[in-house]
Amino acid sequence: MSHKYMKVERIDHGTVIDHILPSRAFDVLRVLGLSTDKTMSILVNSHSKKGGTKDILKFEDVELSAEEANLVALVSPQATINIIVGGKVVKKFNAEAPKVVRGILTCSNPNCISNQNEPITSEFRLSPDESHRYVCAYCERDIIDLAKRISA
Amino acid sequence: MRHVISVHDLSVEVITDVLDRAEGMLAIARGEAVNDCLRGKVLGSIFFEPSTRTRLSFETAMNRLGGGVVGFAGTEATSVVKGETLADTIRMVSGYADAIVLRHPREGAAKLATEFSDVPIINAGDGAGQHPTQTMLDLFTIRQHMGRLKGLNISLVGDLRYGRTVHSLAYALSMFGNTINLVSPEGLEMPSEVIEHLEESGQFGIACHTPEEVIATTDILYVTRIQKERFPDPVEYKKVAGKYMIDPPLVSQGPDHMIVMHPLPRINEITPEVDAMPQAKYFIQAANGVPVRMALLSMVIGGV
Repeated sequence: MSHKYMKVERIDHGTVIDHILPSRAFDVLRVLGLSTDKTMSILVNSHSKKGGTKDILKFEDVELSAEEANLVALVSPQATINIIVGGKVVKKFNAEAPKVVRGILTCSNPNCISNQNEPITSEFRLSPDESHRYVCAYCERDIIDLAKRISA
Repeated sequence: MRHVISVHDLSVEVITDVLDRAEGMLAIARGEAVNDCLRGKVLGSIFFEPSTRTRLSFETAMNRLGGGVVGFAGTEATSVVKGETLADTIRMVSGYADAIVLRHPREGAAKLATEFSDVPIINAGDGAGQHPTQTMLDLFTIRQHMGRLKGLNISLVGDLRYGRTVHSLAYALSMFGNTINLVSPEGLEMPSEVIEHLEESGQFGIACHTPEEVIATTDILYVTRIQKERFPDPVEYKKVAGKYMIDPPLVSQGPDHMIVMHPLPRINEITPEVDAMPQAKYFIQAANGVPVRMALLSMVIGGV
């Protein structure tokens, strides 16, 4: 018995986020904080031509801005963003880790003032080295287990 | 200089400027000369946590320069117990004072305060975070006794994991070019990010578990308290604390010019017999809090 079907259909217009680290698609959704009534496809642990597995997200009729797309790099630094118009990729770029992240993450230090009932927005800065660490602007500690610190 | 929040905001030039000014304030700090450059100015001294040296030396510094102090030590008689946010407390005090000295149990509190204050904020310790004026007075004491801040062999001893003083001091000393040894009990080692920073800047000496291993080549023996509450087993605490007790026989093994420092309070990590030795500089170190804080206050309030 054979089945012929497409796991996820092509889209004519919208955004495809490809090469998301396996099982990170839901973290990407949380970090983007998208609320859309448009069709969204999520492919988790899909076979990658480059070997191993990856996740893919497709948003129909939604074009992510570069700023939004870069948030993806918080949880999946190697992801690629494809903007689709008329069934063709009109723009393709890698998510680039934002230098400053405001309001999306909470500090992993429970004693940080930003976790108290104060009228402030959390802020994290990318460390200047290549370590992909985010440092709290208040307590100066590295954020630990970043994907679990998404507040959006 | 507007605010004094973190050692990471400081440069060699700023530190040197503060220490030079503090040196010029020594006679005033001792009451041997008079300077009222802050006459008519008010310092808001708000301490959400207990403090002896830091609070008293800031208040002494302000008084010595002719200024006044308002504030509180402990939150019992304030609106904080009614649930007032730190942001609102800071907004309110900044309307009364020309600068605010803040100690708070939460890390990052001083940074937050800068966002709600119209006047300069000086961080007097925020949780396990930063205590930059302690670092300044430590550097002042080192320069006062060694004549320089570079090319020194400094051994940091005790609880290097939780002690905010040693973290800030390690970063500050690394700006000048020194060798820094880390001596701590197992489980209380220096956090990895500080060690990495020292390694990257080529200033990491050795890490070991007993002061005897570094004493012979140490210029500065900087001792910190090992807190009992870090050990679930009191027997284990006693065993460890005993190994880190600085006594005259140990101090005598160091070079003649070696000095012993401690941010205080000490409990029993330096025996009282050491106090009479010429190497003991921890009470001078505490007294140096006054000229250093005078220098900082005159810079942030007076705009000198």
